[in-house]
Amino acid sequence: MPKTHVTMKVNGSEVEGLAEPRTLLVHFLREQAQLTGTHIGCETSHCGACTIDIDGMSVKSCTMLAVQANGSDITTIEGMANADGSLSALQEGFRMMHGLQCGFCTPGMILRAHRLLKENPSPTEAEIRAGISGNICRCTGYQNIVKAIQYAAAKINGVEFQEAAE
Amino acid sequence: MNDMTPTREQREAALEGMGCKRKRVEDIRFTQGKGNYVDDVKLPGMLHGDFVRSPHAHARVKAIHTEEALKVPGVLAVITAETLKTVNLAWMPTLAGDVQMVLADGKVLFQNQEVAFVVATDRYAADDGVAKVVVEYEALPVLVDPFKAMDADAPVLREDLAGKTSGAHGPRKHHNHVFEWAIGDKDLTDAAFAKADVTIKEMISYHRTHPSPLETCQCVCSFDKIKGELTIWGTFQAPHVIRTVVALIAKIPEHKIHVIAPDIGGGFGNKVGAYPGYICAAVASIVTGKPVKWVEDRIENLTATSFARDYHMTTELAATKEGKVTGLRVHVLADHGAFDACADPSKWPAGFFNIVTGSYDFPVAHCVVDGIYTNKAPGGVAYRCSFRVTEAAYCIERAMDILAQKLGMDPADLRLKNFVKTEQFPYHSALGWEYDSGDYHTAMRKMMEAVDYAGLRKEQAEKRAAFKRGETRDIMGIGVSFFTEIVGAGPSKNCDILGIAMFDSCEIRLHPTGAGIARVGSKSQGQGHETTWAQIIATEIGIPADNIMVEEGNTDTAPYGLGTYGSRSTPVAGAAIAMAARKIKAKAQMIAAYKLEVHEDDLEWDIDGFRVKGLPEKVMSMKDICWAAYNSVPPGMEPGLEAVSYYDPPNMTYPFGAYLCVMDIDVDTGVYKVRRFYALDDCGTRINPMIIEGQIHGGLTEAFAIAMGQEIRYDAEGNVVTGSFMDFFMPTAVETPHWETDFTVTPSPHHPIGAKGVGESPNVGGVPAFSNAVNDAFAFLGSTHIQMPHDFWRNWQAAKSLGVLA
Repeated sequence: MPKTHVTMKVNGSEVEGLAEPRTLLVHFLREQAQLTGTHIGCETSHCGACTIDIDGMSVKSCTMLAVQANGSDITTIEGMANADGSLSALQEGFRMMHGLQCGFCTPGMILRAHRLLKENPSPTEAEIRAGISGNICRCTGYQNIVKAIQYAAAKINGVEFQEAAE
Repeated sequence: MNDMTPTREQREAALEGMGCKRKRVEDIRFTQGKGNYVDDVKLPGMLHGDFVRSPHAHARVKAIHTEEALKVPGVLAVITAETLKTVNLAWMPTLAGDVQMVLADGKVLFQNQEVAFVVATDRYAADDGVAKVVVEYEALPVLVDPFKAMDADAPVLREDLAGKTSGAHGPRKHHNHVFEWAIGDKDLTDAAFAKADVTIKEMISYHRTHPSPLETCQCVCSFDKIKGELTIWGTFQAPHVIRTVVALIAKIPEHKIHVIAPDIGGGFGNKVGAYPGYICAAVASIVTGKPVKWVEDRIENLTATSFARDYHMTTELAATKEGKVTGLRVHVLADHGAFDACADPSKWPAGFFNIVTGSYDFPVAHCVVDGIYTNKAPGGVAYRCSFRVTEAAYCIERAMDILAQKLGMDPADLRLKNFVKTEQFPYHSALGWEYDSGDYHTAMRKMMEAVDYAGLRKEQAEKRAAFKRGETRDIMGIGVSFFTEIVGAGPSKNCDILGIAMFDSCEIRLHPTGAGIARVGSKSQGQGHETTWAQIIATEIGIPADNIMVEEGNTDTAPYGLGTYGSRSTPVAGAAIAMAARKIKAKAQMIAAYKLEVHEDDLEWDIDGFRVKGLPEKVMSMKDICWAAYNSVPPGMEPGLEAVSYYDPPNMTYPFGAYLCVMDIDVDTGVYKVRRFYALDDCGTRINPMIIEGQIHGGLTEAFAIAMGQEIRYDAEGNVVTGSFMDFFMPTAVETPHWETDFTVTPSPHHPIGAKGVGESPNVGGVPAFSNAVNDAFAFLGSTHIQMPHDFWRNWQAAKSLGVLA
């Protein structure tokens, strides 16, 4: 099948490669860009493990073609740490609040939470729950994920967060 | 005292040992996308395999045409049963003593059964090849209803078993019969029923569902022809068992098989068994000489790779009119699908279903399980469950509610009246278990106080009256569940897998500078073993948890273990870890005595080292002992500081808990709302309370899913109608209730650190709490038992059948 040359900015670096018209963006990222932090859990757009950030939007990369992402600006989990390599507020929040267990949903969950907090810097619990409802977690029951996002929001907003992980 | 000298509290805290909410070491990599899951494994020249699957639930395979598929660019091979027969692998043994087709051999027995395996240069080309394989089928009559499986004219499913009147677990009484398993005293039980004041009888079904971890089952197989070695990276909850199974069926010497279970994206029982994908990828690697990856998609996972439950339990209780239970009788029709691929200990065809007497002091009981074949996917795995304990707990907890309703008693009072009493432990149950410890009354009363149980019942009575007056269309249900689990399989006297006793193991090696590595036979799939195992060691030998690296999953380096499932890791591997640590501590004491120039008996342990009794300033820290172990051990002693322990537990452990669910249901729509869920767990000694709470949140969410909608459902033709996340209920953060957790601590008397295991308790206790809440809501309208799952539509149907809709 003929291939198309695609170029995109991923975590601040130019990535280019050849993709078939049918190549899913998630496969392009995982297999050509070697960024395996983005996961695949269902391939029907339900689970959100493949969620990345594209041009300021949360996108499930199993439901977008690599050619559609040509020229776009992408952030994946590999681009979420602070510039000095330390954990970002969200990454730290997930660890401090025990917001992950097997870790498989975590990259998608963090990327979704990242966009959610950009859109709504101080979400209520209900807004967080609705905001991550496109992402399935099988391990945590979400309660500590909600706290992880609250922790990050507080840290980003410079206010104190005292809730302990349950 | 020097200001710089740490206090005892500071020394204790620095260890981050047992009881501490230590943050997880795994999270550093997982939060940065640096986990290493199977699909992340990429080898030079690696090929991809994908299955041609049957659209039919029961059909004869007349022909498989592969010519067009082999013309597809990138496709290198198409493997069929005929190919596999050349290496004697067309069929494989199951853990339950049955055999299972790896690829369709003459017929197919369930929808999406594996028919051919296409191997290609990438996953897209493999898919293209799958589309070009043409299979000629001749449809056969389909058997879906388990209650018709043993009809005289039921279709013959397993032609390979023709004429076999006995199977792995005794006589077969019909061509679709797998086994009959009977336990307890039938005559005494019949006698108890004959003289009972009150009896109840109900067919309680626990529907077919699926563990569905977010990462599906997958593997990469790489056969090195020069060395004759096979390396398998796979999503394995029990990597050593996989190695032994491969050695037995593929005839490769076991030392030339390297099984690596890297990070695993959830298991929940799905990743215990051996599946055709593993065999096909291994054979494909042998045939092509290249590494071959197989990654299941979600539909394949839900429809072909195992299932859980599917138990239909006709349950009878006998009791006095005062509400004292006098007998239990259960007959189970167990739908095993096309092949009996249950992942139970080998001698237990129905797992530990004989824990069905629950938390109650039944003088007699009798239980019979009939396993049958149907045209459904094989499996019978323990979905967050210790081998049919979830089914047993649901059975008894639903039955106790039904009995309470018949007696006109409060369900909590009925339970309190019948609990095994604290002084009865160790308690011998009527169906043969020895419960190690428990304090059921305390747990139950603590729960009732915490939720204001009496207040809730009062509110419910008022709501019911209001409903009858036509003032509300909401009904309120209070679901009580009190479960006793049996976990930690298990003692070699009664537990083995394919003849291998179900011990577990740990090897600890301390380095000169006071750090070390622990290798363990268990395998985390998200439970956080790298964090908690180090905590046990930290408390046992006084080396900070941060200085202990925990490694699991590589069969070349880890000692042989039976893996992680059935809440067995803490009861068995956790004990091995403590015992290995104690061997190290014993040697450390000899070294310290030598260095401090005292007798060993003159030393006592103090947090992170030894001190001389009565001379508290004369101490030697474990850190210093580690150094001494490598340069100045006592004469005659071998240098080094390491130990191995293989732990064969003397008994199972018996975690328990008291759960309560408050639910409101709108009868006109069937829409429910979980208003409150309280879970009190007693898992004995608590190693890391943060991780325990996380396990409980997750298990409750899975219980919520199962009770309220998560079902693998088949239509009359054997088509799976819930085969993707579109139809298979997967709760999101919006549907999932808020969880309240609580605990009591009753240590296990036989476990080195008193721990009992916790991962599965919330699923075991959660499902009956939800179902009892729904059933309790409808009870005052004349309902006795409504089958799970309790989705909106079924709730609405229940309301309709009870005549409360306009």
